[in-house]
Amino acid sequence: MLDALLSLLPLVGTIILIVVLLLLAVAYLTLVERKVIAAMQLRVGPNVVGWFGLLQPFADGLKLLHKETIIPTRANPLIFLVAPLITFGLSLSAWAVIPFSPGWVIANINVGVLYLFAISSLGVYGIIIAGWASNSKYAFLGALRSAAQMVSYEVSIGLVIIAVLLSAGSMNLTSIVESQKGLWYVIPHLPMAVIFIISALAETNRAPFDLPEAEAELVSGYNVEYSSMTFALFFLGEYANMILMSTMGTILFLGGWLPPLDMAPFTLIPGVVWFFLKVSFLLFIFLWVRATFPRYRYDQLMHLGWKVFLPFSLAWVMITASVVVMLGVIKA
Amino acid sequence: MINITALLFYVFSGVLLTAALMVVTSRNTVHGVLFLIVAFFNAAGLFILAGAEFLAMILVVVYVGAVAVLFLFVVMMLNIDLGEIRQNIRSYSLIGAFIGGVLLAELLLMGIGWHTSPEAFDLTTAPMAGLNVSNTQALGNLLYTHYALAFQGAGLILLVAMIGAIVLTLRHREGVRRQKVGDQQARQAKDSLRLVDIPSGSGV
Repeated sequence: MLDALLSLLPLVGTIILIVVLLLLAVAYLTLVERKVIAAMQLRVGPNVVGWFGLLQPFADGLKLLHKETIIPTRANPLIFLVAPLITFGLSLSAWAVIPFSPGWVIANINVGVLYLFAISSLGVYGIIIAGWASNSKYAFLGALRSAAQMVSYEVSIGLVIIAVLLSAGSMNLTSIVESQKGLWYVIPHLPMAVIFIISALAETNRAPFDLPEAEAELVSGYNVEYSSMTFALFFLGEYANMILMSTMGTILFLGGWLPPLDMAPFTLIPGVVWFFLKVSFLLFIFLWVRATFPRYRYDQLMHLGWKVFLPFSLAWVMITASVVVMLGVIKA
Repeated sequence: MINITALLFYVFSGVLLTAALMVVTSRNTVHGVLFLIVAFFNAAGLFILAGAEFLAMILVVVYVGAVAVLFLFVVMMLNIDLGEIRQNIRSYSLIGAFIGGVLLAELLLMGIGWHTSPEAFDLTTAPMAGLNVSNTQALGNLLYTHYALAFQGAGLILLVAMIGAIVLTLRHREGVRRQKVGDQQARQAKDSLRLVDIPSGSGV
């Protein structure tokens, strides 16, 4: 029994390491976001706490930590508290199957892509439960908008994933990355990569699809009744989901840890660095879009999801399937 | 040494049964749907223990990620008052008992009269350790060859159900102004703008 437990220690260590690194990444993503948007709007951004504002995320975290957790009197207390836990827990659990570099993965399962898709499709629960349990009009409206939006854009994400699966011939994330050696899928599947990034924006409720937290009409959407750590968990979960979506984009389209060219100066840099650079690039797009585009109207959002992305990606899946069979990559 | 797989099996199935019981007994309908989700999750866990990883993921994606979200939507929007239902329940109890009895009889008849043809065992596709094929591939090989017709039929039924739901709920309301992006893009300055040179003192 003790031996079995001891053999689990390295695994537990890896998990803790990934969680800590992820939380650090989330903390600094908030700082980078503020800095990047400040630069785009010709401001300085946070620069008071620490050098260049480097300690700002920790100041924010500490501030949230010692505020009072308020549970509204008419809320459903148990479900109210479970909702942020679901959001945060799901955003962490997806990282179990992410390969950072050859062999650097906690669970190299055969259905890795499906697992990621399943986890990301569950993200809607934290939000919808939070909106319902708060027993507040604004929170409920925000939750309903968010749920409808996430369910709609999941459909196109699913079809994008299918197109990539057909090309790779596998649902294992490691083999998907390895099948991109020489040609990243972003080149043959460029329209799908664009659809994926736009759908990822909608799936994470980011601008220009941030209707669920449209502050001008809904105060702050589903998390309006949350304070202190419960709010912090939502916040962490949302940013971790952004990083997760960028990671999915990196694995599906940008060749994961593979260098851009299989030549000397590029191959000398370790794969995990390439991985980090690619994820950072996609995250930068998230911030860039937020600073650039105005918010969509709700009917436009639904129109885009169902009447533009869905038919297009469905057609693309059929084309991909035909091409894959014609080229004989997969025997029909 | 405890057998971890067996332990997990009992945990999953225990939670599954408890959650399923709570679905039908919980007073709050939203709690009921949440328990249903817990039940789905544990069923997925059982699938993984049985080596059916693809089925487990599809169960989570389809049932938890889509179907239960819609349940939750509906239940939250309806704001069901259980007190009112409880008053009406007595008037329906007789017909309810009758339908329940018929279903039970059908299940029993099926259970007693069920015969499995000897060839059926050869077609079983439970995880085959000897065959070096992944779970998903094994399913696909069978689904798209042997059961292709049944598979297409199931898809067709779902399509018909979807079209039916859309036809039933589609209403064309008068006076709704819809945005036509194409028209907006095709619009030129000369279609909507007229430059008038007005001599001073005369008006338009």
